[in-house]
Amino acid sequence: MYAPEFDYYRAKSIAEAGELLKKYPGAKLLAGGHSLIPLLKLRLASPPALVDIGRIGELKGLAVKDGKVRIGALTTHAELASSTELRAQCPALAEAASHVGDPAVRNRGTIGGNVAHADPASDLPTVLTALGARFESIGPGGKKTITADQFFQGMMATALGEHDVLTDIEVAAQAAGQGGSYVKFVHPASRYAVIGVAAIVTAVAGNCTSAVIALGGLVPRPVRASSVEKAIIGQTLTPDTIASAAGRVSADLGDEVLGDIFASAEYRRTVAPVWVKRALTKAAERAMSQAAAV
Amino acid sequence: MATSIFGSGIRRREDPRLITGAATYTDDLSLPDMVHAAMLRSPHAHARITRIDTSRAKKAPGVVAVFAGAEIDALQAMPCAWLLPNSNLKVATYRCGACDVVRYVGDIVGVVVAETPYQAQDALELVDVDYEPLPVVTDPVSANKPGAPQLHPDVPNNEAFHWTVGGGDIDAAFKNAELVVKERIVQQRLIPNAMEPRAALAQWKGASGELTLWNTTQNPHILRFLCSVVTGVSEDKLRVIAPEVGGGFGSKIAAYPADFITVFCARKLNRPVKWTESRRENYQATTHGRDHVQEIELAAKKDGTILGLRATVWAGMGAYLSTAAPGIPTILHGLMLSGVYKLPALKEDVHGVYTNTTPVEAYRGAGRPEATFMIERMMDKLAAELKMDPAELRLKNMIPRFENGHSVVTGLSYDSGDYPAGLKKLLAHVKYQELRKEQADARKKGRYLGIGLATYVEICGLGPSQVAGAIGFQGGLWESAIVRFHPTGKVHVFIGASPHGQGEETTFAQIVASEIGVDVGDVKVFHGDTDVTPMGWGTYGSRTTAVGGAALVFATRKVKEKAKIIAAHLLEAAVEDIEYGDGKFAVKGSPDKAKTIQEIALMAHVAWNMPKDVEAGLEASMFYDPPNFTFPYGSHLAVVEVDTETGQVDLKRYVALDDCGPQINPVIVEGQVHGGVVQGVGQALWEEAVYDENGQLLTGSMVDYALPRADLLPNIEVLSTVTPSPHHPLGLKGIGEAGTIASTAAVYNAVLDAVAPLGVKTLQMPMTPERVWRAMQQAQGRA
Amino acid sequence: MKVPVTVTVNGRRYARDVEPRLLLVHFIRDLGGITGTKIGCDTSQCGACTVLLDGVAVRSCTCLAVQADGSAVTTIEGLAENGKLHPLQEAFWNKHGLQCGFCTPGMILAAHELLRTKPKPTDEEIRAGLEGNMCRCTGYHNIVRSVREAAGAMAGR
Repeated sequence: MYAPEFDYYRAKSIAEAGELLKKYPGAKLLAGGHSLIPLLKLRLASPPALVDIGRIGELKGLAVKDGKVRIGALTTHAELASSTELRAQCPALAEAASHVGDPAVRNRGTIGGNVAHADPASDLPTVLTALGARFESIGPGGKKTITADQFFQGMMATALGEHDVLTDIEVAAQAAGQGGSYVKFVHPASRYAVIGVAAIVTAVAGNCTSAVIALGGLVPRPVRASSVEKAIIGQTLTPDTIASAAGRVSADLGDEVLGDIFASAEYRRTVAPVWVKRALTKAAERAMSQAAAV
Repeated sequence: MATSIFGSGIRRREDPRLITGAATYTDDLSLPDMVHAAMLRSPHAHARITRIDTSRAKKAPGVVAVFAGAEIDALQAMPCAWLLPNSNLKVATYRCGACDVVRYVGDIVGVVVAETPYQAQDALELVDVDYEPLPVVTDPVSANKPGAPQLHPDVPNNEAFHWTVGGGDIDAAFKNAELVVKERIVQQRLIPNAMEPRAALAQWKGASGELTLWNTTQNPHILRFLCSVVTGVSEDKLRVIAPEVGGGFGSKIAAYPADFITVFCARKLNRPVKWTESRRENYQATTHGRDHVQEIELAAKKDGTILGLRATVWAGMGAYLSTAAPGIPTILHGLMLSGVYKLPALKEDVHGVYTNTTPVEAYRGAGRPEATFMIERMMDKLAAELKMDPAELRLKNMIPRFENGHSVVTGLSYDSGDYPAGLKKLLAHVKYQELRKEQADARKKGRYLGIGLATYVEICGLGPSQVAGAIGFQGGLWESAIVRFHPTGKVHVFIGASPHGQGEETTFAQIVASEIGVDVGDVKVFHGDTDVTPMGWGTYGSRTTAVGGAALVFATRKVKEKAKIIAAHLLEAAVEDIEYGDGKFAVKGSPDKAKTIQEIALMAHVAWNMPKDVEAGLEASMFYDPPNFTFPYGSHLAVVEVDTETGQVDLKRYVALDDCGPQINPVIVEGQVHGGVVQGVGQALWEEAVYDENGQLLTGSMVDYALPRADLLPNIEVLSTVTPSPHHPLGLKGIGEAGTIASTAAVYNAVLDAVAPLGVKTLQMPMTPERVWRAMQQAQGRA
Repeated sequence: MKVPVTVTVNGRRYARDVEPRLLLVHFIRDLGGITGTKIGCDTSQCGACTVLLDGVAVRSCTCLAVQADGSAVTTIEGLAENGKLHPLQEAFWNKHGLQCGFCTPGMILAAHELLRTKPKPTDEEIRAGLEGNMCRCTGYHNIVRSVREAAGAMAGR
């Protein structure tokens, strides 16, 4: 398949990228290209121009400082998945990154491109929602920070403006006694998430003192499972309490559960508690072993 | 040496070019001045074309030509090559380019030729076509009902054919039955997915009126014949080359309109034209497989003895009859319904039905998996009803060992087999009773393991040409080989068949080496070029080794006979006194008086001292028409675990036991089994071509159509028994399709076995998590 | 619009003016005439087009040639050194890890990536590492065997 014609401009800096976006109305940013190029090849998108930000050094890399993990927008999934620092500081994110596509896709696909595309069946938006990530961008109005609950606005829609360049994503490093996980019901063809669940749990002496759970895949944008969170916080973490809390997830799904020929909305809604239970169980185990290790 | 090369798992000689990127597939070719074609395909499943305007496209950058509608109607209609007798067959007109009505999404309306493929694609969007949508029908059962949308004039109820097969007293069988089990099975439509998309490159030499077509075909000689019919280029001036071909699985048997349109463009423009399909196009317009709806009843006694099988099948044929399509759900399916069992009576009705979908053709197994599934599903259902062990029920009904012919109710005579021995060996290997105990223990712990069996026998080695004629196949089914020695004793072999991944360049060299005492490395096998190789009918139906291999054996033996005469002359002995052994032609009783085949080859070429009336040179050809089909068989077993919370199926273990007769190269045999098994597993668990009510293919790319992937599969355990075919010179039967024929049923039976304790009685393929989960919910009365 | 692009493929420099929309795989195959790299699916699913871009496995059908400007690409043709097959190529040959060969260039390069990141993989890790490469012929069994053998050979080098 062959993409339609477009013009191409390579930006050397974030500032230049912003200028090029302004100069060429309708232009799209190109990072790794793993969301955009497939759309171009299918001719589902035909922007007049692409602004390639793929070589801007200041957008790359991952750093941990003061309990925060800062990730440049151009950091690839492979870098996230293989970073020992991230595994230690934010295992759920590393785990989710290791689930994106396949190795060759992970080598080129970037976190920034992934979240800007905001595919509901993608893995990173879900885990970043659970982590309460902050998305930093630079646009015509200067720097902007958007929190995850605001960033993902709907199916393939974010709070980024047309001329904004996403620069960094910041998440909190894992605190003592905290455990995180990401579990995924994989679509056998697309490898996207039919259901993706991220859970971050804090355990103190076997009790759940905090829990954040986010759901992806089965809803148009990642959502927090607040009913589940409420039900598990304050409980002793046992298979029973976890299963019972997970069972509340239907209240968090709203009436926009997605369905397709592989898995209907009804089915996804009904089995969602199983996947929430599995994510929660894994996170709880990790939290408790973390707490034991401390 | 002669004893060890046959049966040796030597490395393939095909591989060095394939692992280094040096192999040349059709799309890798490029010629000076070459231009690129892109097919304009219908976006509607059924519509009348009211206007085509190519003027904008013709003006687009790089465009060389645009042809549409009547402009490509110079091509003859696509021929159907399997004219099923006694079936009221109605072959609807299948034009290369639709002029008035399009009948499936992907039907060709026109073609754009441009300097680059990018430009051709751009210009496609500039061809303006107005369509007036017509009503659509995509499933064969609905399409066969009165009042359904009609695809073709003069084909009432869209019935392309109604074929029946029967034998024994079916009414008596059901009258005497102590029990009847019934089932409705949907053998879903599949997309073959050869990894190499189809492609064609046509080069016209105007001065001589010669045309060369490089094509991704499994049967270049048939294609040359059909291309000649459709394009009007006479056969002697037409050369078809199948270069490296990246898998076929049946999808590269048919002749396709796009190939002939490419030829048409090359002639019109007098420039080489290349066309390569995208994967999306492959899904829309390269043939699909299966698509059966089957209603089956099995009559039995309470002790498990089967009495008769009655079935009605609706086979979706797609919008037109593809080249060999009518024979697939009939001859290759219905005639195999006795399976490995003593079945006294049979009656099957098959309705071949036109639908607004991609044409259906052979797909690995081609009719036989659909038959095996029917039988093996019914055996398990009967076993469940009788609370008998499925293995025991099978053994009870199996045809006992036979070595030279066994007639079954369908009229076929199986060549040889020992079905019970194969099944028993498989059961012993897996320690069947212990496995059942493990399963029972796991269930106590809330884990749902399932064990599934499938036995099969398949019809291969197609086949006696006289039979081919009687069953309406518009060709012969023999194969050919030429064995040519060179002065230094090196050998060239030319075969009419056209392997595309199966490894016959290696196994056929092994045959020659073991027959005549040359080093296997001294034999080179040529195939896939109609100007170079003798006529042959192609590679499909597991026939290349079974038929072409036999042709090669006989050609080699002819050379051997001539060599014997020359040896006798050179050794001054009588021909009767020459015996061949260990690569040498020696005088009986005087092993020192001997000539090697290499020495004889040299003398035959210099011809200084030839026997009287013996020609110079050392070569022979053979056109071998087999006296019967071959009937490979086997028993497979699958172990699965079902996650009862989600319905997800995990294939934990797979054991295949196959009997294809003696194995030329056991490593290659094993590879064929692995690949075949996994394709069948794909049907059981993942694969399905799904159309919506408008005839749009919802599984239109690999993003939606789930193919087996490495991380979802276990290793495959491969066992074998060896029962030679009595009529093949080496006893060979064929192995290409065996795995696929058994594995779908084995996996299905395993999954159902796993969830049967929950009350599940039937499942639908592919057994996706949701389907398994729903079946469990329904069984538990929760949905 | 055309832009100048220079890519080194298997050690040889190719400088061309290309349309920005040209995919890396077309640059390699059509402009470079190096056709070992295959196109199997168009949707980033099958892995047939896998090449090494600056040593790392990528999908050449999901990468624009302009994105690879200044980079070095290794295709299947560039894997053997001084006429000696790479251990992966040897192992695929030894273990019958291919049939029609169409997926093989991508499969071998994906396996190369796996062994780069995990030199001693288990069978399960091999299968996971090849999740993005489809083969319709082998059922993957002998591919797993091949990669296992190559890992052993490369560890012993």
